[in-house]
Amino acid sequence: MWSLIQIELYKIFRRPRTYIAFGAIAALIVVIQFGLKIDGDTYAGFLMKDINDTLTVDGKVLNGYLICYILLQLLLVHVPLLVALIAADMISGEANLGTLRLLFSTPYSRTHWVLAKFIAASMYTILLLIWLAFLALFVSMWIFGTDDLFLMKSNYVVLIEQSDVLWRYVGAFVFASFSLLTVTSLGFLMSSLSSNSIGPIVGTMSAIVFFTILSTLNIPLFNLVKPYLFTTHMNNWKEFFDIKVNLDNEAIRGSILNIPKIKTSIIVLTLHIILFVTASVIIIKKKDILS
Amino acid sequence: MFGVFCYYVSMAVIKVENISKNFGTLKAVDNLSFEVEAGQVFGFLGQNGSGKSTTIRMLLSLIHPSSGSIELFGKSIQKNRASILEKVGAIIERPDLYPYLSATEHLQLFAKVRKQKIEASRITDTLTQVGLAHRAQDKVQTFSLGMKQRLGIAIALVHNPSLIILDEPTNGLDPQGIADIRALIQHLAKEEGKTVFVSSHLLSEIEQLANQILIIHQGKKMVEGVTKELLDPEKRIVQIKTMDDAKALATIVASNFNQYLLSRKEGIFLKLPTSAIPMLNESLVQSGIAVLGIETKNSLEDYFLQITSNA
Repeated sequence: MWSLIQIELYKIFRRPRTYIAFGAIAALIVVIQFGLKIDGDTYAGFLMKDINDTLTVDGKVLNGYLICYILLQLLLVHVPLLVALIAADMISGEANLGTLRLLFSTPYSRTHWVLAKFIAASMYTILLLIWLAFLALFVSMWIFGTDDLFLMKSNYVVLIEQSDVLWRYVGAFVFASFSLLTVTSLGFLMSSLSSNSIGPIVGTMSAIVFFTILSTLNIPLFNLVKPYLFTTHMNNWKEFFDIKVNLDNEAIRGSILNIPKIKTSIIVLTLHIILFVTASVIIIKKKDILS
Repeated sequence: MFGVFCYYVSMAVIKVENISKNFGTLKAVDNLSFEVEAGQVFGFLGQNGSGKSTTIRMLLSLIHPSSGSIELFGKSIQKNRASILEKVGAIIERPDLYPYLSATEHLQLFAKVRKQKIEASRITDTLTQVGLAHRAQDKVQTFSLGMKQRLGIAIALVHNPSLIILDEPTNGLDPQGIADIRALIQHLAKEEGKTVFVSSHLLSEIEQLANQILIIHQGKKMVEGVTKELLDPEKRIVQIKTMDDAKALATIVASNFNQYLLSRKEGIFLKLPTSAIPMLNESLVQSGIAVLGIETKNSLEDYFLQITSNA
């Protein structure tokens, strides 16, 4: 099995297309960091305009931790589309190229190949996330320095001591990996249904957009299905940055406000991953390889 | 020991029994049966779209048969897929490869999926064997169709398989390339004792290579036999045309002429000595069958063209 994973990883990283996502993420982050470095104070002023009359904030609001949070808010919506570019091409791309029959006429079973491909695509996804974390968190910390994290939520403000922030990002990135692996497995399922590259990529992106809209709309009918949609749970990495307060309304260091919500989201996302990958294996096992 | 040797020599490496494959209402392969013995070069002949590739894909378990059974090396391919495919090398239709990888990288990747360790020298030797050593490090996207075909054959050979299945292996090759591949196939069979199953839509190509020929048309077996006998210049292929073909066929089957019967599917064809043709005519007339004509085909090529154009 490890041989197959090595083969799949080798193929992924020999393709120029693979590096588009790494390049796109780097370009976006660098542009945003550059903009905030040049005109960050104006941006911070805009963020704080509603509370400036009631609250005085000392220190460096626009620090590396806040920049990372802003970047994650912006990018974790779009990274799934970049993940789909590779994941949704893993099987259908080979079918389109005609190489699937070469792989499936080797002694390894189709189940082995599909799982190896999924694991390789997942490793690519995790690498992409690590790249995102490196640029968004560590480069931002290096450029903007560190201080307490000051977050403006819809109707309250969260202030997290800087020594209490880093582990939350670790948690958020681990959570994000579940979100992105769900997208990888969805792309994989789409890929197993088709023999051309474009259809599954567009299909995966469309499914994400469609379910995101359903998750966002506040219509009672949709509220029934929302808890079961993976898109409802994908953005719950933010829960790591909601902190408990004591009776004096002071933040409790090292706490998370809603741990059950995170746990539920991870369970729902994991079930989606298992469902999508199992369906892919069943489809591929039954399929006649005609390409 | 001698008994074991005899068993091995006469063992059917491929045994196909009554396989059919339907795609919706289309019957791509229809109740096909044949056997390929060890050490043979078996020619699988048919027009484009006759069901050759579908049959080959079923042999490699890429396509699931609608009915029938396939055994390779005496074992069911469905139940013993991994152990069987370890001993099989194949190219199927077009030589589709990874454009961003080199010839050497292709062989390295496909060597990795084999149980036995394949040495780097084997990869170099295989590329030399197919005439690609000078382009070993070049990416496939710079290759001509003929070079891709050679690389496809190299992938099929790199793990030193006992059974080699080649689907239209000379497609896209120039005359020198065709001669090279022909020589390679003959070398593999004669010098290395491999069993080679080679398909083509050109009889001229197959007749120079194969010990045994099977012709299929619209998924059905039309004729099967030893190449030398089928191409024997002392014998003529004749097509009998009568007012009552069913009765004529029954008469032939019941007589000594049954041994010459070649095909009954697209008309009544026999391959028989020239001297026996008048006797055949007489036999039919005596049985009360009005014979409209006995048409002589000059070669197997004529016969092949006749049956494949009757569609």
